[in-house]
Amino acid sequence: MKKLIVGLAGNPNVGKTTVFNQLTGMHQHVGNWPGKTVERAEGSFKHGNYGYDIVDLPGNYALSAHSIEEIVSRDFIVDDDSDVIINVVDAANLERNLYLTVQMMELGANLVMALNMNDFAKKKDHIIDIKLMSELLGFPVIEVNAKTKDGFDELLTTVEKASKNPIDSSAKLSYGDELKEHLSDLQALIEQDKNLLDVPSIWTAIKLLEKDSIVIQKVQQSAISSKIMMEVDKVSKHLIDIYNEGAEEVIANARYAFISGLMAESVKKPQVEKETTTDKIDKIITNRLLAPFIFLGIMFLMFHLTYTISAPFQGMIDNGFIMLADFVAGYISNEYLRSFVCNGIIGGVGGVLVFLPIIILMFLFLSILEDCGYLARAAFTLDIIMHKLVGLHGKAFIPMILGFGCGVPAIMATRTMENESDRLLAMMLVPFMSCTARAPIYAIFVAAFFAQYQSIMVTLMYVIGIVVALLVAAILKRTLFKGMSAPFVMELPTYKIPSLKGVLLHTWEKVKGFLRKAGTIILVCSIVLWILSSYPWGVKYGSEQSVLGMIGNVVAPIFAPLGFGTWQATVAIISGLAAKEVVVSTFGTLAGMQGDDGDGITSLVHDTFTPLSAFSFMVFALLYIPCVASIGAIKQETNSFKWPLIMCGITLVTAYIVSFLVFQIGGLAGFG
Amino acid sequence: MKTLKDTKPGETVTIVKYHKTGDIDLRRHLLGMGFVKGAEITVKKVATFGDPIEMSVKGYSVCLRKDEAKNIEVK
Repeated sequence: MKKLIVGLAGNPNVGKTTVFNQLTGMHQHVGNWPGKTVERAEGSFKHGNYGYDIVDLPGNYALSAHSIEEIVSRDFIVDDDSDVIINVVDAANLERNLYLTVQMMELGANLVMALNMNDFAKKKDHIIDIKLMSELLGFPVIEVNAKTKDGFDELLTTVEKASKNPIDSSAKLSYGDELKEHLSDLQALIEQDKNLLDVPSIWTAIKLLEKDSIVIQKVQQSAISSKIMMEVDKVSKHLIDIYNEGAEEVIANARYAFISGLMAESVKKPQVEKETTTDKIDKIITNRLLAPFIFLGIMFLMFHLTYTISAPFQGMIDNGFIMLADFVAGYISNEYLRSFVCNGIIGGVGGVLVFLPIIILMFLFLSILEDCGYLARAAFTLDIIMHKLVGLHGKAFIPMILGFGCGVPAIMATRTMENESDRLLAMMLVPFMSCTARAPIYAIFVAAFFAQYQSIMVTLMYVIGIVVALLVAAILKRTLFKGMSAPFVMELPTYKIPSLKGVLLHTWEKVKGFLRKAGTIILVCSIVLWILSSYPWGVKYGSEQSVLGMIGNVVAPIFAPLGFGTWQATVAIISGLAAKEVVVSTFGTLAGMQGDDGDGITSLVHDTFTPLSAFSFMVFALLYIPCVASIGAIKQETNSFKWPLIMCGITLVTAYIVSFLVFQIGGLAGFG
Repeated sequence: MKTLKDTKPGETVTIVKYHKTGDIDLRRHLLGMGFVKGAEITVKKVATFGDPIEMSVKGYSVCLRKDEAKNIEVK
């Protein structure tokens, strides 16, 4: 069997991922590009005598050096030993799609075009002469339907043929006489250095004129770099003289001129473009008056459905783990081993897996909202709020809101943002959103001290979370993320019915990631916490004599200025790292009662806190490191320990400062 | 001098040029999205809170903040 390595390239929202899912099904693996936060989806399948290894490249509009996604894509085309690049093109949006195609032609990629003729394109009544288009481009163009798999067989047969006779797709490019002349001067110069010829010289020439930092760096290694760069300067100046425009604009115009020529010959458009279904839907969805309410409605519905559907499953999982622990306990006679397995492993991991139904449902809804095209509309409506307040992208709204449910899907949802710095900043802020696991903490303290102000106090916690997130965002934007602002420019894709397969695959991928974390980082943390609570052997679990209790005693003074410098509170905070609701059961364990004895815990809390220190503790519990699951989620999304550590640092410092202010100012104001 | 920012919903305009003062990365990005000299742009609507603006260019819909639209001169 012959092995083929194939890259899938194309604009966002053209059906590229649908093609990928259709080809690979469950045989796909989603990871990251080495050292990058960009998702890399790879899959395999067989077709006839060929074994395919297929890589879904990030959706791009161009191949410049200004975004990691674009750099990753062009590096793959240049460096990796791919046999063929399949360029997925949306037939309904040909002109803009071809802009990327043309740039891949500049790279001389061995291209085959999959022209995705979806229902939407058919409705537009554009008539495309595929044979002629293929002739003008100089490489095969195959009509496919990503949804129904029509044309897939022909596409793959063509890919196999193309792999045997690779072509240099830059051959048919023509950029007008004036530009061509200057480019060929520059190309001749570049061609003098053999080391620069791993890519077509036209690509290097164009990128130099476009002031592409990466290509410039590469050329600077050349022995004749000064000669080349002088010529680049000369041509750039000359182009400005003739066109009164910078070289980049001249080149972009030339690309579009080539595309227009191609379109004029091979595509017939109707005289008047028809009003599309998307336009009709958008008359309501992005209507100036209705849009915010529609957004709120959809969010409400999402949360409502998530909680209603997940509640019974959460109960089942919870009971299941309790039963499992009881069952296993009966078979282990050694006291320590029993405690290790039941409390440490089953209790620890079970406590986190209780959130699995919420995570699955939230992700399912999010995938649907993203795939149908609504997410971009929500970002359109809300961008100004996010942007004016904190300099965030409109799409950051979604992770923030999901954060009220559970931080794990919220952090995973930052993937919907194209820009890396936006994504990282959103990940740093999600933990401040008050997730469901924090609610039991508020419940205990409110019952003990603020029973008559219950709803006000709980609402206040949510508001504090939001305000702090906005303040921290404003600070980070001026420090850590300084100058990392990305343009908003966002496509509003046409509405489409999400494919069940795509939504399920996407959700499964995320759930798998969470389960893997439950089996690794969460398991390890549970075991560590158990050991700290049980050692030295023989002490009462989590008592003052255990290592955890000793650590609590040592660390406690640090929390004194916040009003809760007791070892019990410290131990509760440390255990809360496993999952926030563990804070509550820790108080229970410390008082020597069953973990779910709410009244007992309430009276314990009432005895060890004052109203002010209780409030300060609630604020701290809201703002400090959320839980190991969220740390794991950030680790997975960013593919490094740097960002989870930064998140821990930011949340700890913020929690400390805010609680400090609450307790000290509260004390001065006489609330002590 | 009219810019894309001043264009009213429903109006169709043609790009004349980019102002030199605009961000260079943004200009590159916009060029890639079809905002080139001579391109026809139809402004479709403005978002609820006054920004960003939705427009159609080269047959698809895209939105831009006013801050980004103010450096594109149109006629």
